[in-house]
Amino acid sequence: MDAESLLLALELASGSGQGLSPDRRASLLTSLMLVKRDYRFDRVLFWGRILGLVADYYIAQGVSEDQLAPRKTLYSLNCMEWSLLPPATKEMETQTSVVKGRFMGDPSHEYEHTELQKVNEGEKVFEEEVVVQIKEETRLVSVIDQIDKAVAVIPRGALFKTPFGPINVNRTFEGLSLSEAKKLSSYFHFREPVELKNKTLLEKAELDPSLDFMDSLEHDIPKGSWSVQMERGNALVVLRSLLWPGLTFYHAPRTKNYGYIYVGTGEKNLDLPFML
Amino acid sequence: MQPTYEMAERQKALFGRSGSGEGEQEMEEETAETAVPNIMEKAFYFEQAGVGLSSDESFRVFMALKQLVEQQPIHTCRFWGKILGLSRSYLVAEVEFREGEEEAEEEEVEEMTEGGEGMEAHGEEEGDEDEDKATDVIPKPTWKPPPVIPKEDSRTGTNRYLYFVCNEPGRPWMRLPVTPIQIVQARKIRKFFTGYLDAPVISYPPFPGNEANYLRAQIARISAATHISPLGFYQFGEEEGDEEEEGGAGRDSYEENPDFEGIPVLELVDSMANWVHHTQHILPQGRCTWVNPLQKTEEEEELGEEEEKADEGVEEVEQEVGPPLLTPLSEDAEIMHMAPWTARLSCTLSPQYSVAVVRSNLWPGAYAYASGKKFENIYIGWGHKYSPENFNPSLPAPIQHEYPSGPDTIEMSDPTVEEEQALKAAQEQALAAAEEEEEDEEEDEDEDQDD
Repeated sequence: MDAESLLLALELASGSGQGLSPDRRASLLTSLMLVKRDYRFDRVLFWGRILGLVADYYIAQGVSEDQLAPRKTLYSLNCMEWSLLPPATKEMETQTSVVKGRFMGDPSHEYEHTELQKVNEGEKVFEEEVVVQIKEETRLVSVIDQIDKAVAVIPRGALFKTPFGPINVNRTFEGLSLSEAKKLSSYFHFREPVELKNKTLLEKAELDPSLDFMDSLEHDIPKGSWSVQMERGNALVVLRSLLWPGLTFYHAPRTKNYGYIYVGTGEKNLDLPFML
Repeated sequence: MQPTYEMAERQKALFGRSGSGEGEQEMEEETAETAVPNIMEKAFYFEQAGVGLSSDESFRVFMALKQLVEQQPIHTCRFWGKILGLSRSYLVAEVEFREGEEEAEEEEVEEMTEGGEGMEAHGEEEGDEDEDKATDVIPKPTWKPPPVIPKEDSRTGTNRYLYFVCNEPGRPWMRLPVTPIQIVQARKIRKFFTGYLDAPVISYPPFPGNEANYLRAQIARISAATHISPLGFYQFGEEEGDEEEEGGAGRDSYEENPDFEGIPVLELVDSMANWVHHTQHILPQGRCTWVNPLQKTEEEEELGEEEEKADEGVEEVEQEVGPPLLTPLSEDAEIMHMAPWTARLSCTLSPQYSVAVVRSNLWPGAYAYASGKKFENIYIGWGHKYSPENFNPSLPAPIQHEYPSGPDTIEMSDPTVEEEQALKAAQEQALAAAEEEEEDEEEDEDEDQDD
């Protein structure tokens, strides 16, 4: 969620039960302002909080002019001092996919994982047990990246694409109408499109190239992995992801307020197909 | 736009005052003790911990609870928490009825529970291979449904409190029923709540009941696992009887300790031994006090017999024992080398004014805070337990035998060609031998040969 409208955003996203205490809110407001100045971001988003056993990580993301460019991620343990995280790579993802369980809360903590690796010694090839150390920071980067790619949401019409390339914030976006707000097809994944090219020509003919350039949530697998709820009567639409429990997206129809926040343990819900 | 205004109208009704006229008298009545707790104060403390609904939502919950108190004869009431669902969420209130008000409600509850029947295994097939038998005796199925475990008495164990849910403040409150077998089954499945109380819960093993029962079972498990209080807030009552008479099952009740002084916040955060569970652990049977399902006598006699561990009935059922009431949290089992509870100060920048917050790692979403003499528990979440391993649904039961195999139902193998030929050769030899012997006027005997 945007750091400028942090207080309103936290209020609207509070339906999921997790929020921030007043002291954290105050420190966030101050420190995010400084982060924006120091790193020269166009917008700073407060991404959320990952709950660890010993401490929690507070995550913020900085967006540059092009909204869909890879965002820089920062983390903090006390909402005051922020450290930049390295960008995520494929190797990090494969490496950290073996780590299970909660986050510790200490960025220098190392997870040990024993692997059977084939070692070539001269002519012999045999398997040896190797203990691989994986840092929690790497795991953090990878999890944030996975969550972003899987469940970061933006409503249709909030961003628009120009023929010159960069994706801009649409300042004429007045919010979705009520009937549109209840449909999953009016929300997009906030990432580079993956499935857009697989659409048939008939479907593509109906799309507006300046607005519909991202994947919509409608075809997410498994079907039903989003819970759409209206709160406060029909004054607020809340989307909660069931694949990454803890991600809440809120939008007040007919207003410009929208945003998402992740407050959770940072673990994917692999039991989802059993639970639906 | 209709639903928006409809909701707003309903919530406006919450804010209206009940009854009319007599303004001054009403004020006095209301300032006296009501059953509704001070939700706003608790919401404030939880907000310090970073948990909870927004303040206007909390106020609406407060008004809704007030409405509940007016509608039902309630002695004490507490906001238990919120359980998120797919289409709608549930706000849960934990209430205790006034004495004697429960009998009318019990009948309603029984009618509701009859609606959810237990599933039986597949029926036995009848099979008789011999068609020569004149009367077919249908073999009786050997499967007997496990004995139904009776519900606990109200006001004890899992039924200590009654639970009401509503979807949004302003909507009517519904009461939730439960039986022990439902708790046992709820442990084996993992399903999201849809938000509609009468939705069926489709799962394997089949859940005997609809979503209202599943919700109540989860609420019971969460309450039993995560309701904690600072050490010393509750103490055991006066000696009501010898421990032996209760069958070693532990004390059932506790009461508030009037001399409780409060534990400093730093100590609460440091050691888990300063917190205790004040709800009873639910045994594998689905109840808090153990009941031998094979006996049909009164409970008191059962308790006495449990001591002697008499072998009655076909199977010997062992008494299930759980940790006694008011056990400290430091005795809780670890989950895969991870402590089951995480304690923190709400604000490290101002430790003198912060509250101690404890978060459960086993049930994500369960929080408790304590500050001075006040404490409170709340649960906001999806209603599922945390398990580091993936969920494995139980496998279907092995196929049952259709009928017991006995001499008349066992299959006989057909004779092979060699055997048949050997038999035929032997018979021909016998026939030839017999013909040689019968050159006189003896009659030939016809022999039926069954091949």
